[in-house]
Amino acid sequence: MSAATVLLIVLAIGAAAFAVAYRRAAGLRPEAGQKLHSRAGYHGAYAFVMAVLPAILFLALWKAASPAYVENAVWNDLPEQVQTAPDSNKSLLMGMVTSIGDGVRRLSDAELEQAKAGSVDLRELFAAKGVALASSGEPYMVPAAVAYNEMTDASVRYSGIGTILLALAGAVYGLTGISVRRRARNNVERIMLWGLMAASTIAILTTIGIVLSMLFQTISFFQSVPLSNFFFGTVWDPRFAAAGSGGTTGQFGLIPLLAGTLYIALVAMLFAVPIGLFAAIYMAEYASRRVRSIVKPVLEILAGIPTIVYGIFALATVGPLLRDLSAALAGGQPFILAQSVLTAGLVMGIMLIPFVSSLSDDIITAVPRAMHDGSLGLGATRSETMRRVILPAALPGIVGALLLTASRAIGETMIVVLAAGVAANLTINPGEAMTTITVKIVNQLTGDLEFTSPQTLVAFALGITLFAITLAMNVFALYIVRKYREQYE
Amino acid sequence: MLTDVAMEQKLAPTQDQHMIKIQGQEVCVHYGEKQALFSVNLDVRENQVTALIGPSGCGKSTFLRCLNRMNDTIDSARVSGTITLDGENIYDKAIDVVELRARVGMVFQKPNPFPKSIYENVAYGPRIHGLAKKKADLDEIVETSLKKAAIWNEVKDRLHEAGTGLSGGQQQRLCIARAIAVSPEVILMDEPCSALDPIATARVEELIDELRQNYTIVIVTHSMQQAARVSQRTAMFHLGYLVEEGDTDKMFTNPDDKRTQDYITGRFG
Repeated sequence: MSAATVLLIVLAIGAAAFAVAYRRAAGLRPEAGQKLHSRAGYHGAYAFVMAVLPAILFLALWKAASPAYVENAVWNDLPEQVQTAPDSNKSLLMGMVTSIGDGVRRLSDAELEQAKAGSVDLRELFAAKGVALASSGEPYMVPAAVAYNEMTDASVRYSGIGTILLALAGAVYGLTGISVRRRARNNVERIMLWGLMAASTIAILTTIGIVLSMLFQTISFFQSVPLSNFFFGTVWDPRFAAAGSGGTTGQFGLIPLLAGTLYIALVAMLFAVPIGLFAAIYMAEYASRRVRSIVKPVLEILAGIPTIVYGIFALATVGPLLRDLSAALAGGQPFILAQSVLTAGLVMGIMLIPFVSSLSDDIITAVPRAMHDGSLGLGATRSETMRRVILPAALPGIVGALLLTASRAIGETMIVVLAAGVAANLTINPGEAMTTITVKIVNQLTGDLEFTSPQTLVAFALGITLFAITLAMNVFALYIVRKYREQYE
Repeated sequence: MLTDVAMEQKLAPTQDQHMIKIQGQEVCVHYGEKQALFSVNLDVRENQVTALIGPSGCGKSTFLRCLNRMNDTIDSARVSGTITLDGENIYDKAIDVVELRARVGMVFQKPNPFPKSIYENVAYGPRIHGLAKKKADLDEIVETSLKKAAIWNEVKDRLHEAGTGLSGGQQQRLCIARAIAVSPEVILMDEPCSALDPIATARVEELIDELRQNYTIVIVTHSMQQAARVSQRTAMFHLGYLVEEGDTDKMFTNPDDKRTQDYITGRFG
């Protein structure tokens, strides 16, 4: 009985429970002066949840726990000398055992006997059946595999039976005690609350999980490279050593990458902030409702373009354009390279315009209309009103929005991968190529990898650094935005 | 009883002492498809308080907002007819709206001081209109305006604190000071006391009575007592039509129209 079948049966039990509970509740005849506390649908929903939810939770827990239990049991039955052998690797051995278990299912009885006796080469035997083994295998593995198969089958059987019994019990529990005053409605409400809480918990736990997954690799990186080398080093030269050759590890200076990241983000912000802000002011103050209803969605489409498309735009159009333009201006040698800080910054700026304008527009329109009218009523023009009343009032919120935008610029990857170049320069000339933290993470993690060398692990250290920077900016931005909100409520 | 109070409170000035300041002729307002005001003919006299009364949605605020063209800020609003200020049509193409609003100031329903200091709130208008050449001039304008708005004594020691930190009544008087600071000829007040408690209301009403010496005031109010207490002339609106207008004393003692009588005696609205 597969898990899917069990699930279907459980759902069928749930549906039946719903139908029965619904009919029973609908058939209740309240006495005079009483009324049905919950509508029949709520009684049905409650019975359904009682039947399905505990059963599915039970099944999920069992499925999560049983493989570990079975593996452990099989491992303990293996010959002593295998368990204690110095070069034995539990996960590798158990991998063999499960693969053999897979193959054993396809053998005839006679073949199985041969395999147990060790008279045939397991690898060849299984290969003929379509199961690939990593090594030739040992005879003792065959009985273990058979035991493994039996235990797994039993686990599936018991879990199936247990789940269905639990579903039936739940259905009976949900169905008993259906009465006029039963508060099925409140119970369903409480279950909804748990469901919603579970959803938000998952979101938070995932964030923590992401951080932890980077944290362990980062720690092992810092075991081979000192902190000061990483955080204060000005040279980025990780030098991929051939696997196992040891020796030189290269230099992992964060500074050139951080400088490149911040420089490109700065160029992008210099470009995006005025344009985005002016667009927002136009939309919030000057545009008629009709223009606004067209311009705002169009700007939001700009926000929906995948960043890789912006990257292509930078690579194919903006980069060559800037290079040729600078060559024409200087008369010969271009002073802006096709892949440069300026190219990446410019295109990233275009990407950020809708973020700046959309967020700022919301903040500007959140300033009470009364401020605006008060100023106009004194004979101020619209732009005077904007400059002297609305923008100062909206400033904290706009600063918060800009910080959110900046943290996006810092974390942006695809545009810089294509437009900024890979050379880890430390320069102040925006016409030259620089590279960013995100680009280097991509570089270090593409290709054939060995997950133990500092060359690869440095990507995790870079990732967690980036995460820390953007997290700090977001927290600061949210703090500012919240402080601003309190002013008007 | 109400009308007795009204009688006692003022020495009814005769009409001919007061020039016509604003004259509205055949004023119609549409908001999109909906017509909010139907051919209103109403005069506002200099140095008097004119009260606009009527049930909610009757068009009194709409008429008020026509007088300084604040309706222009609403996309869908269309105004027709003529409104003259000192004989000049304010809806004429040659009129600069910004200049008009400096001559016809406005105080809103909810006190709306800017999130700036008390001083900056009052100095805002003079600054944008370039009324003060020197800092000392500006200081003087701020002080005079705050004095005229009867709030100087309460705020003179904290001019540089936030205007939003004042109490509701103080905020409203600050807004009146802000309006006075640009030396308008007319002050429009859109239910200036509706967000205030009775004590703050009494102070603002007193102030309105004082301001009448120097300014022409048009006030929209929901309170019959307030109209009776502060105004010399009253105009009654209903469903977008001007029902009746005349001396406040007469309106509250012997109205011509039955609807006015019903409204002021509380039978509807």
